[in-house]
Amino acid sequence: MIEHAITLFALTLAAGTVLVFAALGELVTEKAGVLNLGVEGMMLVGAVAAFIVADQTGHAWLGALAGTLAGAALSLIFAVLTLSLLANQVAAGLALSLFGIGLSAFTGLSHVGHVIDPIAPLALPGLSDLPVIGRLLFAHSPFVYLSLLLFALVQWFLFGTRAGLVLRAIGESPQSAHAIGHKVIAVRYGAVTFGGACAGLGGAYMALAYAPMWTEGMTAGRGWIALALVVFANWKPWRVLAGAYLFGAVTLVQFQAQAMGVDVPSQFLAMLPYAATIIVLALISRDAVAIRRNAPASLGRAFHADD
Amino acid sequence: MDAAPVPRLQLSGITKRFPAVVANDGIDLTVMAGEIHAVLGENGAGKSTLVKIVYGVVRPDAGTIRWNGEGVTIDTPAKARALGIGMVFQQFSLFETLTVGENIALALDNSRGGRELDDRIRETSARYGLALDPYRHVHTLSVGERQRVEIVRCLLQSPELLIMDEPTSVLTPAAIGKLFVTLRRLADEGCSILYISHKLDEIRTLCDRATVLRAGKVTGHCDPRRQTNVELARLMIGHDLPHPQHRTASTRGDGLLEVRNLSLAAEDPFGTDLAGIDLSVGGGEIVGIAGVSGNGQKELAAALSGERLADTAGTIVVNGVPAGRLDAAARRALGLCYVPEERDGHGAVPEMSLAENALLTAYGQQLVTGQGLIRKRAVRAFAEATIARFDVKTPGPDATARSLSGGNLQKFIVGREILQGPRVMVAAQPTWGVDIGASAEIRQALIDLRDAGVAVLLVSEELEELFEICDKVAVMAQGRLSPVKSVAETNAAQLGLLMGGSFIAPDGVPAALAPREP
Repeated sequence: MIEHAITLFALTLAAGTVLVFAALGELVTEKAGVLNLGVEGMMLVGAVAAFIVADQTGHAWLGALAGTLAGAALSLIFAVLTLSLLANQVAAGLALSLFGIGLSAFTGLSHVGHVIDPIAPLALPGLSDLPVIGRLLFAHSPFVYLSLLLFALVQWFLFGTRAGLVLRAIGESPQSAHAIGHKVIAVRYGAVTFGGACAGLGGAYMALAYAPMWTEGMTAGRGWIALALVVFANWKPWRVLAGAYLFGAVTLVQFQAQAMGVDVPSQFLAMLPYAATIIVLALISRDAVAIRRNAPASLGRAFHADD
Repeated sequence: MDAAPVPRLQLSGITKRFPAVVANDGIDLTVMAGEIHAVLGENGAGKSTLVKIVYGVVRPDAGTIRWNGEGVTIDTPAKARALGIGMVFQQFSLFETLTVGENIALALDNSRGGRELDDRIRETSARYGLALDPYRHVHTLSVGERQRVEIVRCLLQSPELLIMDEPTSVLTPAAIGKLFVTLRRLADEGCSILYISHKLDEIRTLCDRATVLRAGKVTGHCDPRRQTNVELARLMIGHDLPHPQHRTASTRGDGLLEVRNLSLAAEDPFGTDLAGIDLSVGGGEIVGIAGVSGNGQKELAAALSGERLADTAGTIVVNGVPAGRLDAAARRALGLCYVPEERDGHGAVPEMSLAENALLTAYGQQLVTGQGLIRKRAVRAFAEATIARFDVKTPGPDATARSLSGGNLQKFIVGREILQGPRVMVAAQPTWGVDIGASAEIRQALIDLRDAGVAVLLVSEELEELFEICDKVAVMAQGRLSPVKSVAETNAAQLGLLMGGSFIAPDGVPAALAPREP
């Protein structure tokens, strides 16, 4: 029984971690006032880049690095379009997703069906073998620990450093921030690139550890869920974390149900994690005041210093 | 060497061109140490552009800046701050969702807040009588308190020059008095102050010297204490002010607009709830609503215009018809016209032409056929009539609303409403951000409307304006309305007290609602 619970716990973490990466990155981007709808595309490009590099070189961690860089590179296209050329963020973000989906499908074509050496779960001698505790705490994928580190880092950066304060201020009112002399565009470039890198890393985790393989469109809409997660989590990192694991848990329910042969169409079951996550988050974030206090007021609007 | 003291700030030949306009044209300005120097001018005269140049937000096309005798280039606000220049903005540059301490830390280089900064904030704010709590969130502060944050933020940088851009436009008379005490104290300590305003009385009370701007050029340097308002106004607008023609009130037909115990929770979480508003405006009178903005005026205007519906129909009665549950279009059909506070987005659609903007509210004036098709010629004629009758300066009805100056667009909006022959006119801050020439014309238009028997409700923050044209006046504070008084029976000091909420009984029931003696 305990064995079973531990397994479920581990699988939940594994499934949720994809979203933790992507949504935390997008959270930082949005806190700076930029809405990048290209998360799905960036994740896929990150996944395919990671898989190809791992496939070619045989070094999976090199693949993770490549995926991160690929996500960041794709987001830079978006940054140039929206921050320097003042293109509409919604349109540019949607285009970026479509571009990423197409690009990853095209470049990954010859790698479909390949098998790589995946990044295996942690196996610390002694610690990982401890009864219960070992498997509960010390035997997850390194990516899980990385994502928790990222969570702590984001929380500390946003709410504990001056740079984070400046970033939040810029998301709230770029005009005011500019007026008192902060570099709005530079900070937003940084935030968008960070978001891209995180999405890329999330994709890399899928292709190198969670799946591990490459198939066209393998993120299956998780980029869009990450976007929704940020909004419904009210731009709070810990809520993003909770939402991501909720998604992970319901994903498991779906597999369990299928395995037990529940008489429900599989398409309906596949839909379940998405629907459940959105509904639960929407229900717990109905407070208008809290939303206004946390939502970056300038979200999605272009900034241009009127010089 | 020259024994004369070196000016703290000396501008010569400052010029800044924008695509459509020369905002500053060869401006010279000298500020000495410890001097309170006024920059006086109408909206659009180039005051804001000039101080933004001094603060490094805008870069000049030509001209030189000398700071304590040395030529400097100020290309960023950080540079300005490093020199010792601080600025309090007209539209506050505060971040609503952050705390006072965080807001201040953001403007200080390399500070991220913390206890040490909090102590400095408390100490400085206490020293200048500007009490502040560093832990409070800015969105919970009143406008006056927000301004304190801005000022303390500047003071913590121990500035040698403090720029104040229209600092009193959001303050109660009492708060203005306090601000002036603080500013004088700063000047006595040697800090120079550049004080931007278009309010003549203030400048004559506060400032040692004044530089007057008109259409981007300096039209005079003077000692404002030795000038009369009329002389200053002439320098500022180039001609004498038209004085509104005032006839005594002749109320006809009582209660064209009746508000009965209107209470309405604010939609905006940071808005003000309306509580028990009672009001009656008869035909042929102007009733003014005074008060510091943010005390429910916006919510009241929205409730009257039909942007928000009241809970019951009988709460608002227009022309004898219960209208509380009617939408804006239905109330318009009853003869209620409305000039909203925000020109862009409420009063007019900036991207649309004047003709199209006219159609948006005046569609009832035979401008649309029974089948819903637009009578384009009639629309143009209506817009042209508005432009001609209210002297709107524009190339014609095809010009976009955005291309008009604030004053001209407001004249167009007011004119468009008046030409629809209203029975009731609700005007919210109709002269806000409008130059004095156009303001005078708008006030005259409202008076003419009154004389024609229309019931006029004027919401305004400017006491001068209210006393100039209203017959009766009431004050809004914390979402409640004071009893209505005849203008002849009250004065600015009394209204000032009411603005502070003095009429609200401690238990939260406004005095107006308390049981009356038989």
